[in-house]
Amino acid sequence: MKWVGQPIPRLRDPVLLKGKGRFTADIAVGAMAIRFVRSPVARGTICGIEIPEGAVVFTAADITDIKPLRPILHGRNYVPTDQPILANKRVTYVGEPVAAVIAATQSEAEDIAEQVMLDIDVLDPAIDVDEALKPDAPRVHDQAPGNVLVETSLKTPGFDAVWAKAAQVVEVDIRSRRQNAMPMETRNAHAVFDHSTGRVTLYTSVQNPHPIRTGIADVLGMPETDLRVVAPDVGGGFGQKMALVPEYVFAVWVARKLEASVAWIEDRNENLIASFHSRDQHHTVKAAFDENAKLIALEADLRCNVGAYSNYPITCGVEPLMAMSELPGPYDLREYSVRTRGVTTNTCPMAPYRGVSRPVLTLSMERIMNLAADRFGLDPVEMRRRNLITEFPYKTVTGSLYDAGTYWESLERSAEVLDLKGFRERQKKAREEGRYLGIGFSVFNERSGYGTPTFAARGMEITPGYETVEMAMDPSGYVIARIGASPHGQGLETGLSQIIADELGIEPSRIRIISGDTDATPYGWGTFASRSLVLAGGASKLAAEQMRERLNKIAGHLLQAPPEEIELAGGVARRRGHEGSVEITALARAAHHQSQLFGGGGPGLTTIATYDPAGTFSNACHSAIVEVDIETGHVKIERFLVVEDAGILINPMIVDGQIHGGVVQGIANALFEEIIYDETGNILTGSLMDFIPPTMSEVPTIEIEHLETLTDASITKAKGIGEGGTIGPPAAIINAISDALKPFGVEIFEIPATPPRIRQLIREAAKEKS
Amino acid sequence: MTEKLDVTLSVNGKRYEMKVEPRRMLADAIREECGLTGTHLGCEHGVCGACTILMDDKPVRSCLMFAVQAEGAELRTVEGLAKGNELHPIQQAFWDHHGLQCGFCTPGFLMLATGVLEQNPNIGDEELVHALSSNLCRCTGYQNILKAVKAAREEMKP
Ligand code: FES
Ligand code: FES
Repeated sequence: MKWVGQPIPRLRDPVLLKGKGRFTADIAVGAMAIRFVRSPVARGTICGIEIPEGAVVFTAADITDIKPLRPILHGRNYVPTDQPILANKRVTYVGEPVAAVIAATQSEAEDIAEQVMLDIDVLDPAIDVDEALKPDAPRVHDQAPGNVLVETSLKTPGFDAVWAKAAQVVEVDIRSRRQNAMPMETRNAHAVFDHSTGRVTLYTSVQNPHPIRTGIADVLGMPETDLRVVAPDVGGGFGQKMALVPEYVFAVWVARKLEASVAWIEDRNENLIASFHSRDQHHTVKAAFDENAKLIALEADLRCNVGAYSNYPITCGVEPLMAMSELPGPYDLREYSVRTRGVTTNTCPMAPYRGVSRPVLTLSMERIMNLAADRFGLDPVEMRRRNLITEFPYKTVTGSLYDAGTYWESLERSAEVLDLKGFRERQKKAREEGRYLGIGFSVFNERSGYGTPTFAARGMEITPGYETVEMAMDPSGYVIARIGASPHGQGLETGLSQIIADELGIEPSRIRIISGDTDATPYGWGTFASRSLVLAGGASKLAAEQMRERLNKIAGHLLQAPPEEIELAGGVARRRGHEGSVEITALARAAHHQSQLFGGGGPGLTTIATYDPAGTFSNACHSAIVEVDIETGHVKIERFLVVEDAGILINPMIVDGQIHGGVVQGIANALFEEIIYDETGNILTGSLMDFIPPTMSEVPTIEIEHLETLTDASITKAKGIGEGGTIGPPAAIINAISDALKPFGVEIFEIPATPPRIRQLIREAAKEKS
Repeated sequence: MTEKLDVTLSVNGKRYEMKVEPRRMLADAIREECGLTGTHLGCEHGVCGACTILMDDKPVRSCLMFAVQAEGAELRTVEGLAKGNELHPIQQAFWDHHGLQCGFCTPGFLMLATGVLEQNPNIGDEELVHALSSNLCRCTGYQNILKAVKAAREEMKP
């Protein structure tokens, strides 16, 4: 039996189910508390900080030995920013850490923090992305006049000539409001000073312990080996926990300074206002079509609000650059003219959030396809059929190489499952009864599992990509795999165990995956960008193949057979077509304890492998059927369908779980969640009551179908699946709402499409008509 | 600082004696004084339900109560569900149906579901969704949590 492809239950679940998980706050019980005093204003000059008598409070003046965070991107007109660990002389966003209180307990630290008085001269802030681009806007950083931190453009040579021949031009103005990834476990940092060695262990809820260690060691000027970073159980990350923040740096610094054990456990309000935000984007996109409704050229101006500072190590280029290179998505396009900008404002810094830019750019492209379909009098499926890429490999206008996918097939299948024709009849009847139903499609592809070749093309000074796996079989025949990836809820351990189990002919329960500890794992980049199963999975397969060769050799010796005729399965080694076998546990013991038989002193059963591919593209079609209550503006999702292609499914149960979670975040993005700033830069959505994450009641049953394209771009033939769920829903839902509101002439271009926004559009449309 | 009070909590059938400030939240006392860190804190203001425990068999948000208010009550937390290595039917159902990913919201959902199913073993689907909507999960999209609780509803029928 093959383990790959089985929906086996996850290996770590019993621990979490029994409440025996070890999250950072659990480990930190009893540590001294750190409480940050945060800026209450968006922009201002610090005139003074008054500290209560006898309290232990640190400010910028005390930490002059710490360098600021300075992420670097090459080219792209990038302007670096220096983010201080504690605000120095000025504050640049609401929530910026200004001072740090240390006390015996959390409640004491909170009490003291409330007595720390900040005297700040308030200045006018730049908040909105478009306002910040105006010539007279307040300047967030002196070195960036115009408030642009990263800017690049591209225009294909034939663009103007082709544009001039357009039969139709469709334009959209897409506004995506600000999101917070909102993991259920907030951020935290528990730094423990070791009195015997002088080392510090930092327990912290992050997705990438190795790069976090590098970043901290760099700004503290300490050897990396003196810092151990451990990501224990991590309660969700979604991108928010992959960038280095001042709070982690301070925790390590103060643990060394006081030679103590300290902990910062973020509260929910801090998380909502001062953890990273994302998706605050404004796209203006024009598409030219020929008389056959074929897209011939695309022009785009993309503005991304990147907040007050660039983020380490990915930089604030992540959203604007991704938006530019991937805008055309699954559609064939040869002429492209685009300008993209990362705009700095006095708001919380931006970092990746599951899907990075693609939920927004997919919304842009898919709105265009729907508007164009109307223009040509085609149905949305036919419109897309004429434009989706069907021949692979395909080289995009921005230089990406798409491996085989099922862009058209996923849409065709979706229309079939949802019975598009039948739906149109139902829709017509419902309208006669004054009920407004709509259907929306969203086809997209997603670059996943990419290594250094792809990241290097982005000009990042720190180029992530490869993953390494160190594998060892112990004398009892159990396997340990140490991985650089850092799973935090994805169930990666289970998937990797399945891959390794197949190579070695043993059960997954005999395999232990070690992750999230810089002392115990090879340097790696962590878990993000739909990469871990492809990369750590690929490296696991390679390391296990080497291990299998070793075992075959030993078995060959013991069974007196040529190693290439040995086969490992069901826990035993046997010679193909022969009687007699030997237990794999016996091979393991022999490898360690009778090594003299096999040439002696060899490397035992330890292997290491690195995998670093260019990447592969997954794809999907998401579709929604909605009903809009035109009186209240409320949207009910009647059906939500995902037809996706992530290649071979290593564990289908886990894949479906990833899709479910992603889709619900995407639905939240489309309809509910928004971080709202007022014009002074104050956040109006500082609690979960105001941010409105969906509960079970808001979520429909998610239907899923899989297509399985076998790609050569991934050695396990698995493609990444982590982010896809989040990418499709905004476009599918907004297209569906717009379809429902056709009789009113309402088209939606802004997310989240909240009831008040929908009501306002209906009202405006009615006014225009009369 | 205010004077500390003597409080005795009964959690999962075990007595814990402690001295706490009157403002000490029940969730903190359970986590720190009792050392039962399975009960999690996701918001500390009563919205997310990660801190849900059973108090005299009813689901409550332990971040909204003071430790002193729980004196004399029987408290149950996630640590009390399994019997040794044998998982409680609700835990088994979450495992079988992939009702958890990161596991942070899980203890709260397990206690909420246990309380709901114990009180109303024949609860209908709609009412069940309504009840489970008191808690937030960011990973699972709720699909498999609902599946798991429905499966447990069958298992737990007396
Ligand atoms: S921690 Fe109690 S409801 Fe969120
Ligand atoms: S499993 Fe992660 S929050 Fe629910």
